[in-house]
Amino acid sequence: MALLATSLTVFARTSNNKVRVPIEQPVAFSHALHNGQLGLDCRYCHTSVEVAAAANIPPTETCMTCHSQIRVGSPQLAAVQASWDSGEPLAWNKVHDLADFVYFNHSAHINKGIGCSSCHGRIDQMAAIWKNEPMTMGWCLECHRNPAAQVRPRSEVFNMAYVPPAEGQLELGEQLVEAYHINEEKLPQCSTCHR
Amino acid sequence: MKASIGFSLLILLSLLLSSCGMNMYDQPKANLYAAAPYVKDKVVGTARPLPEGVVSRERGAVDPTFYTALTPEGLATDLPIPVTMEVLERGQERYNIYCSPCHNFNGNGLGMIVQKGMPQPASFHDPRLRASPVGYYYNAMTNGFGRMFSYASRIPPEDRWAIAAYIKALQLSQNASLSDVPESLRDSLEVQGASR
Repeated sequence: MALLATSLTVFARTSNNKVRVPIEQPVAFSHALHNGQLGLDCRYCHTSVEVAAAANIPPTETCMTCHSQIRVGSPQLAAVQASWDSGEPLAWNKVHDLADFVYFNHSAHINKGIGCSSCHGRIDQMAAIWKNEPMTMGWCLECHRNPAAQVRPRSEVFNMAYVPPAEGQLELGEQLVEAYHINEEKLPQCSTCHR
Repeated sequence: MKASIGFSLLILLSLLLSSCGMNMYDQPKANLYAAAPYVKDKVVGTARPLPEGVVSRERGAVDPTFYTALTPEGLATDLPIPVTMEVLERGQERYNIYCSPCHNFNGNGLGMIVQKGMPQPASFHDPRLRASPVGYYYNAMTNGFGRMFSYASRIPPEDRWAIAAYIKALQLSQNASLSDVPESLRDSLEVQGASR
């Protein structure tokens, strides 16, 4: 019975962890169009990703920078226009909902050479956004125990199409771990992510 | 007897375990972008808009020229920060992120978004714009210009100055002759030109 209760609890938690299932949003925003085709840099909208824990969701002002001129009156943009007119922010649905006892920091990863696509996948090909990886503790630890396998040059962090070298990733990774002062000893410890 | 103690323990354990909820996963704290029911005005949430007229003091004392590019003589003609290669490279990176979608990477105003229907901005290589002081560009980024929105909420002041410096460098680069290049670097340029 204890086993049953435990497995039910575990199931309740993990069954919510939908990976590679598009999340419905109030506006059918396409990263494939804006980032993939038009080539807008991630940071054009997610301005805080290099300096803050959270990669901000852009305010309606960012959408309207272009859409006050382009595709004005389109039914697909009606919710954006309504938000602009009323001042009520758009209520986007959360795609990555980490447990509140995990203190993830985007800027730390970006500045140490972890690419956006390492965790988020090929955002530049997603017409509808989804969570690309399970983002469980075990998944995080795979990299925290062996960062050299994942680290890439800082200049490639925002490159969605980056492919690690076919041979010699570990060698390159070890060089970068040293150059970026990644503390391999501290990385897998509890207090790195939990307080 | 032993079996019934074991059974009771099992029941107790299952009750205890099944009451494990999600309350540690979703703690009653103000997360980013969470709705905040205690906020009375109509914009609710933990991401609050700034009060009107608020000035950031995180950079210490307020220097009006640094924030506005305005001097008693008009728009600033010099940068309030030292122009180093680092500043220009930062400006190039930020220009490519925030400005190139419309102004294009070379500043001619034919960026990708313009090709998709955004009204075409003037080329930075127009004689009028080449004659504009560096503060002109800082001011446009801060307050918006024509159909261009303000970028003040997206680009911090030091980056706006770096971009303004880069735009001036871009203007020089598109109107330079070989004699402007230091002699030691001329050979490398000519080789590149010939191989094209």
